[in-house]
Order: sequence, then structure tokens, then C-alpha cells
Amino acid sequence: MTAQATDAPQQALASYNFAYLDEQTKRMIRRAILKGIAIPGYQVPFASREMPMPYGWGTGGVQVTAAIIGPDDVLKVIDQGADDTTNAVSIRAFFAKTAGVATTTATPDATIIQTRHRIPETPLKAGQVLVYQVPIPEPLRFLEPRETETRKMHALEEYGLMHVKLYEDIARNGRIATTYAYPVKVEGRYVMDPSPTPKFDNPKMHQSEALQLFGAGREKRIYAIPPHTDVVSLDFEDHPFEIQHFEEPCALCGAEQVYLDEVVLDDKGGRMFVCSDTHHCESRRAEGHRGALLGDEPVFGTTPVGDKEPAI
Amino acid sequence: MTTSDTLEALAKAGIPAPEKPLLTVEKLTRVYGKRIGCADVSFDLWPGEVLAIVGESGSGKTTLLNCISSRLTPTCGTVHYRMRDGASADIYKMSEAERRYLMRTDWGFVHQNPIDGLRMTVSAGANVGERLMAVGNRHYGNIRGAAIEWLARVEIEEDRVDDQPRTFSGGMRQRLQIARNLVTEPRLVFMDEPTGGLDVSVQARLLDLLRGLVSDLGLAVIVVTHDLAVARLLSDRMIVMKEGRVIEAGLTDRVLDDPRAPYTQLLVSSILQV
Ligand SMILES: Nc1ncnc2c1ncn2[C@@H]1O[C@H](COP(=O)(O)OP(=O)(O)O)[C@@H](O)[C@H]1O
Ligand SMILES: [Mg+2]
Ligand SMILES: [Zn+2]
Repeated sequence: MTAQATDAPQQALASYNFAYLDEQTKRMIRRAILKGIAIPGYQVPFASREMPMPYGWGTGGVQVTAAIIGPDDVLKVIDQGADDTTNAVSIRAFFAKTAGVATTTATPDATIIQTRHRIPETPLKAGQVLVYQVPIPEPLRFLEPRETETRKMHALEEYGLMHVKLYEDIARNGRIATTYAYPVKVEGRYVMDPSPTPKFDNPKMHQSEALQLFGAGREKRIYAIPPHTDVVSLDFEDHPFEIQHFEEPCALCGAEQVYLDEVVLDDKGGRMFVCSDTHHCESRRAEGHRGALLGDEPVFGTTPVGDKEPAI
Repeated sequence: MTTSDTLEALAKAGIPAPEKPLLTVEKLTRVYGKRIGCADVSFDLWPGEVLAIVGESGSGKTTLLNCISSRLTPTCGTVHYRMRDGASADIYKMSEAERRYLMRTDWGFVHQNPIDGLRMTVSAGANVGERLMAVGNRHYGNIRGAAIEWLARVEIEEDRVDDQPRTFSGGMRQRLQIARNLVTEPRLVFMDEPTGGLDVSVQARLLDLLRGLVSDLGLAVIVVTHDLAVARLLSDRMIVMKEGRVIEAGLTDRVLDDPRAPYTQLLVSSILQV
């Protein structure tokens, strides 16, 4: 959201309802959410509303959050794992203003976490809700553009096409090269696109204690994974699902087994790998953990790059 | 057409007489508003038998084929299919899920235009492997192996396995479509003008290949064609359609050598003049 985009609604906001949306719209969205929870992984159509931000800025997630947020909630918003990007800051400010809720960057303190791309490294707890901003909810879309047909495939559980996609991946790359929007099967029934999170986070969806809600604004779809639900990443027997591995720990906090972003240090090719989850990194440093860059050792940024995510 | 015709044809083809037909079509009718697509068509198809449906353009061949193969709901009439367990099933009383499963396992459908039967933007290997994945095969190596084997059977080189059919010639696309259908070893394959869009020389090669596959696999086939030469080469029996109705039926050689209906005589004489 640009400064202009936030200024315009600010003047008009006085006349808006709590959390911007009117109560009738919120009820409609809650009904879609409840249906989504009742049928894990199933895409529920809903009447997506215009929000004071462009599509692609998380209008689906914002509507879901607006429908579930209450005055006592504590909101955290992340974009690529970071609390301080323009998108995250704008959405947090939007709800601070329209709902007057408390906001936080600390994962354990939040009751609602709205996210684009990442699931926090700190395991989520019962009572927390993770709200995903989704650009393209239909996992079958890439090979079957007809909506009538993809609906039928979901209804009849005809998911051979998903494996066609993975087959193509292996034929072309020698392995499953899909790293984002990696398809999962939810509770043994619906195939779902966790888009656009990295597959690194797929295992965190499985049997999570938190409620996970997905909102796609432009595509007008809501879907859900209730707590304690099986979420299994699709694969082949001879090419099993694997998450990304990073060869070095975080250069700042020394964390291992976390998702790292590549950061360019200078124009001479110097770079480092740091936690994509900024809160996780900061709290580890506060606890005294030190990575190579903050320790005595010099930094050599020669680790293979993780994955480049598509611009959403 | 009589059962004795059929048994004679099967004996000729060296196939032991089966006890029960694979497919039974009864009084099948499809109307489009006031226009007749096909009307009152009945016949049996036996396991391993090749039946040609011939007739001029507009005579109802495609309508009939689509009604039999459950791609188009008939106005009235029934189609019964003998499932692998021996039970006879009314295909229009099955659930949609069962019918779609049947269509991608025990049946095949070869379209005149390969674009209608292929995924043009995935590799040849994935096109052939799709049905295997659809029925639950989850071993990449096995799927790829089966795809390469089937490509070889339709005379496509192994080194094309990762190429998309967009880069294939018309004849290759059609052969790929055939492989894609046969990989689950169906018992019944429907074909609508399978050589229709191809050059004459390519047609001859494809027909030869089809003939070999059909006899090797013991496939039952219903093939629609306006080309009597295709019927002659491929089929054991044929039915001749005019204005949506069957006007003559019998063993292919008999119908072509000794046509009884005046209309069939006209058709046969016009082909002979070509
Ligand atoms: N979708 C349709 N709507 C209306 N009439 C149709 C449709 N499809 C076919 N017909 C008519 O039904 C008759 C049989 O057509 P078709 O089955 O395509 O014949 P063939 O395959 O022998 O050329 C023709 O008169 C045709 O115009
Ligand atoms: Mg036709
Ligand atoms: Zn870190």
C-alpha cells in the first residue's frame, strides 16, 4: 500500500464500521469460513468485497481477518516472514486504525497472524489463527483452465493431474523442483494449494494446533485447515517430498533448520543468509545467540541460494 | 445383423466365441430439438470385435458414438456394458464418478483431432502416464518406463518422451493419442475418424499400426468413419447410417462386396469410382 492509498481511506474511515467491513459482510465471510472449517481444504466461494488496497496486496486475507477480529485480539502481520515490510506495516496500521486492536511482532503474543508467504518458525499454539493471503487458490488451474472441470475433479477426487505436474517437474529437472505453492492433500480428501508459502513450511501445516484460514480476494475463495488436521505433501514413492535445506546457519543468530533469505551485502558479490522470520531472529539474538556475522568470524556468503519466490 | 454373422467373423479372426456381448446398445436415440441426431439404433458388440459405423457427413455417426461412450446423454435408449467382473452395467445408471473411472481405465476414446485428446503443453511421457497416475500409480520410474514402452509400440522414439506434442507432426500426435489411451489396457476403444485429418500416406501407416495393436491386444473397437477403405481394413462388421438410422448392417466383407440397401450400393459404387 502506498502512502497515498493509506491516506485516502483514513479521512473516510470515521464512518466505517469496526474493522472496516459492515456486519452483514462479515457474517457472510464468517459463514464461508465456517463452511471451510467443516470441509477442510475445500474452496468455498464468497462475495469478495472491494478493499481500500489493490488486489495482490492481500485483500482476501484482510477480509478474513476483518471478519474474525475482535477488540481483544492481538494482531501480527508478516510478509515473507518480516514484520517491517511496507505491506505488513500497512495492513497492521489498517487494523490498528479501523479496529483499534493491539498489534505485535512477537509470534507467541499474537492471537491472529496474517501472512503472505511464511509460517512463523515459533510453533503456533491452540487459540491462534493464521490467516494466509492467497493469490491463486486452485491447484489444478495450471493444467485445466476450465472452472467447471476443476470443480468436478475436486468433487470426484480426480487428482491424477497433480501428479502429472510433479511428473513434468522430475522429467525436466531430475527432481521435484517445485518450491512454492507445493500441493498438499488435506485430511485425506481435498488437494489444496498452500500458495504461495515455500514448501519448507508445508510440514508446519500438518497437525498444527492453530486454525489456518486462507483468503483469495481476487479469486473470491476461502478455505481452511482446522487444528489437528492431516496435511500431506504430494510426491512419488521414488521421489519423496523434501523441504529445502540450507548449508549454513543464520548469519545473525546462528539458527539452524529455519528458512533463510539471501541478503546482498555489497556490490562485490558479498552476501549472507539470515532468518526470513525476523521476529524469530531478533528474539534469538536477544537471548544471546550469535551468528557468524555478529561473532568473531568473517562472513563468506557462498551458500547456494534457496529459492526465488514469484512476485505476487 | 445377426449373431451368426458375428460368430462367423470371430471364427475367421481366430477368436473363440464368447458367451456374452461386451456392449449392448438398445433403441438408442438422440434428437436435437426437432432434428434427429440418431434414432432407434440397436446392436451388440462382442469382446475383441471391431465395428465400423459408416455413412455420409451428417448421418449421425458422431452423435451415435458419443451416446454410446457416455459423452452425450441420449434422448432415450440404453447402453449396457459388461464390466471386468462379468456384471452387466447400464452406463447411464452409474454414478458420474464410476462412469468417469470406466472411461479412463477400461475404455479409450481417440478423437479425430489429436488436440482434443492430448494435453498439448505437457510432455509425451506425461500424456501417456496420466491415466496411470489417475488410477493411483505413484512410482515415477515405473510410470516413465510404461510411457517409453508405449511410445515404442506406437513407433515414437524414446528420445521424444520429454517433448511436448506441440512439436509433433499430425501422424505422431495421433499415435501419441492412441498410446495415451491404451496404457491402461482398455477393453473397448472408441474412435471418431481416427485418420481423418491426415495425409494419405500417413493414414496408411496409422491404419497399419492400429490394425496390429487391435489384434495384438484383442481390443474391441467402435470406429466411426466416412471412409469405406478404413472400414474395410479395420473392421469385422459394419453398420451403415443414413439420416440418423441404421439402413444396413453385416459383416464388412459382405456389406462392401454385396451391398443390399440401394443407398449402400451408391456409397460403395462411389468409393469404387475414386
Ligand atoms: N450439437 C448439435 N446441435 C444440433 N444439431 C446437431 C448437433 N450435433 C449434430 N447435429 C445434427 O445431427 C445430425 C447428425 O450429426 P453428426 O452426428 O455430427 O453426424 P456425422 O458424425 O455422421 O457427420 C446432423 O444433422 C447434425 O447437423
Ligand atoms: Mg462426425
Ligand atoms: Zn536468524
